[in-house]
Amino acid sequence: MIALSDYLIVAGILFSIGVAGIFLNRKNVIVLLMCIELMLLAVNTNFVAFSHFRHDITGQVFVFFILTVAAAEAAIGLAILVVLFRNRRTINVEDLDSLKG
Amino acid sequence: MEKVYLTIVLAPLIGAIVAGFFGGRIGRRGAHSVSILGVSVSAALSLYTLSRFIWHDEGTFNGTLYTWMVSDGIRFQVGFLVDRLTVLMMATVTFVSLMVHIYTIGYMADDEHNWPHDSKVGTNSYQRFFSYISLFTFAMLMLVMSNNFMQLFFGWEAVGLVSYLLIGFWSVRESAIFANLKAFLVNRVGDFGFILGIAAVAMYFNSMDYKEVFARAPEFAQTQVAVFGGVSLMTLICVLLFIGAMGKSAQVPLHVWLPDSMEGPTPISALIHAATMVTAGVFMVARMSPLYELSDTALSFVMIVGATTALFTGLIGLVQSDIKRVVAYSTLSQLGYMVTAMGASAYAAGIFHLMTHAFFKALLFLAAGSVILAMHHDQDIRNMGALRKYLPITWITFLVGTLALTGFPGLAGSFSKDAIIEAVEESTLYGAHYASVLLTIGVVVTALYSFRLYFLVFHGKERMNDHTRHHLHESPWVVTVPLVALAVLSAVSGWLAIEPLLIGDWFKDAIMVTPAHDTLMKIREEFHGPLQYVIHGLHSEVFYLSMGGMVGAGLIWWFVHSFNPRIDEQIQKYSGPLTWVLVNKYGCDDFNQRVFGGGSQSVGRVFWKGGDEVLIDGAIVNGSAHSVGRLAGLTSRLQTGFLYHYAIAMIVGLVGLLTIFVAL
Repeated sequence: MIALSDYLIVAGILFSIGVAGIFLNRKNVIVLLMCIELMLLAVNTNFVAFSHFRHDITGQVFVFFILTVAAAEAAIGLAILVVLFRNRRTINVEDLDSLKG
Repeated sequence: MEKVYLTIVLAPLIGAIVAGFFGGRIGRRGAHSVSILGVSVSAALSLYTLSRFIWHDEGTFNGTLYTWMVSDGIRFQVGFLVDRLTVLMMATVTFVSLMVHIYTIGYMADDEHNWPHDSKVGTNSYQRFFSYISLFTFAMLMLVMSNNFMQLFFGWEAVGLVSYLLIGFWSVRESAIFANLKAFLVNRVGDFGFILGIAAVAMYFNSMDYKEVFARAPEFAQTQVAVFGGVSLMTLICVLLFIGAMGKSAQVPLHVWLPDSMEGPTPISALIHAATMVTAGVFMVARMSPLYELSDTALSFVMIVGATTALFTGLIGLVQSDIKRVVAYSTLSQLGYMVTAMGASAYAAGIFHLMTHAFFKALLFLAAGSVILAMHHDQDIRNMGALRKYLPITWITFLVGTLALTGFPGLAGSFSKDAIIEAVEESTLYGAHYASVLLTIGVVVTALYSFRLYFLVFHGKERMNDHTRHHLHESPWVVTVPLVALAVLSAVSGWLAIEPLLIGDWFKDAIMVTPAHDTLMKIREEFHGPLQYVIHGLHSEVFYLSMGGMVGAGLIWWFVHSFNPRIDEQIQKYSGPLTWVLVNKYGCDDFNQRVFGGGSQSVGRVFWKGGDEVLIDGAIVNGSAHSVGRLAGLTSRLQTGFLYHYAIAMIVGLVGLLTIFVAL
């Protein structure tokens, strides 16, 4: 029997990997996007786990919404990334510092 | 009579407004016609009023025409007090002003030559000049006819303003601008005292009205105030008011502006800086006699200041070489005589001298102006000489003026000046002896500088260049007629006025003299008609002194000068330090320039450099901008532009918030 805590641990590990990926990644914006997706999935896992163990379907409904929005977000994010690449000829994180004060 | 008085005041004002604002439209003729008309109406009505007072025993008029405001029980009003003192001043002011107006037509006829040709600053200067002198007449009439302190102050400042405008009339001349600013600033110093005096009056009497103040003055005779370690209230008020008079009437040490004011055109030197405005201080003291009589200290102060001015400024006149400046120093000296008379409580003699002086000093100035016109605006007496051949009318009238000034028996000055000197001898106040000695020496000095001027200008060799000599001619009738009129008055006004003014009770309502101060008593007792007074004068030391001065001046500057033209310089050279002191005017100008001028400049520099540039601009204005910029620079370092930094910030923030949320 897989306990709730196991799900939460997996989700925690996934979330931490996502955070660590954002922190450590110095190369590629796509990796950043992937890390964000990973964090979202970790949170979704939590939702599903809590929903299952608490017998409350609302959590799983939320997950569907989140997945939909995340897909749309990923599509828009990638589109932006394409435009960015066309303009800057790079998607290297180190080079994308035009917000610098 | 109220309407008459109102007309007297307003006629010159209307003339000034029309000539000033519509000068361009009505042209020169229009401007001088309208302003002369205004002053003529004023003069005619003043003379009519004078005649009413003389022959019909017209009563004193004291009425309010308009209440400006009432504040804390003090009424600020415009009103007239016309009594025998006022009417005498009105007649003198308007008459001399009328003469000056007429004279100005001739003197300013070629005024466009005094302005740069390539600029429009001189446009309508002729009309503007007429507007100013009419405005001055209005201001002076407001001053003398006032029945309260507020209006007195209004007139006081207004004559100061017009004086400023007229001294700097030729505003493209550096020296004129310097002189008018100087006059204005020095007068401000005096006015500061004056307004403090008025404030003291308002504070203790709670009224601005002469009549109320004078009526209640004896109540305060013993009042002490805690200023400068406790002085009597009356002394304080009188001294403060007199400081105002020192500015306006150019008494030492506030006399420095008057010689410089000669930068203005000659007609206003005659009108403002000789005959009328500078006498405002003297008039004011006479008007305030009920106050001054209550303070022996203030009277002594007035007398000492007056006597000091009378002698020491006269001495400076000996070394001046500008024709107008010699007359200007003589004005200072004569003002000193008047003020000394005030200090000796011989108000009547002072006012008498004021009147005669107005005539002969206006005459001297206008005659000097006539000489200047003939000399093509060369004012240096070293370049003149023997002008009597070319300017006969000017010569005769100038001689009359000079004789009147030096107190030649029978001419106006002798009556009034002898009376002052005798009155000061009679005075028992502190400083009277000092004043008496100074005034007596002053008689010799007056004779010396007056006749030095006279002989250098009208006698001796011709020292002007050929060009000027060929163009020498007598001035037009508009110049000579006022000269003759004033010369006649300089000759006869003493004969006519001495009996009512000094001996009779002309001033009985207007001027108050306590019996203890009645220094004119002796003259009154010994008086047996003007002729006897003149004959009596022939035996006095004053007469010998003035004759001595005249003969001495004649010897040096006529006789010796004719075969040694350098005598003037030689005398100045051999009298060494004395001349040096006189040429430097006792260092007054230098002192003012260094201490007050330099001092205020350094104070200004401290405020400019330290206060403005460092504190306001540096710390507050630019400082706040700089600190915002520096702060922004610091915070902008946080904005690295790397996405992961923002992400970290968001996550750290989120974690922080969650921690707080959960922990609480």
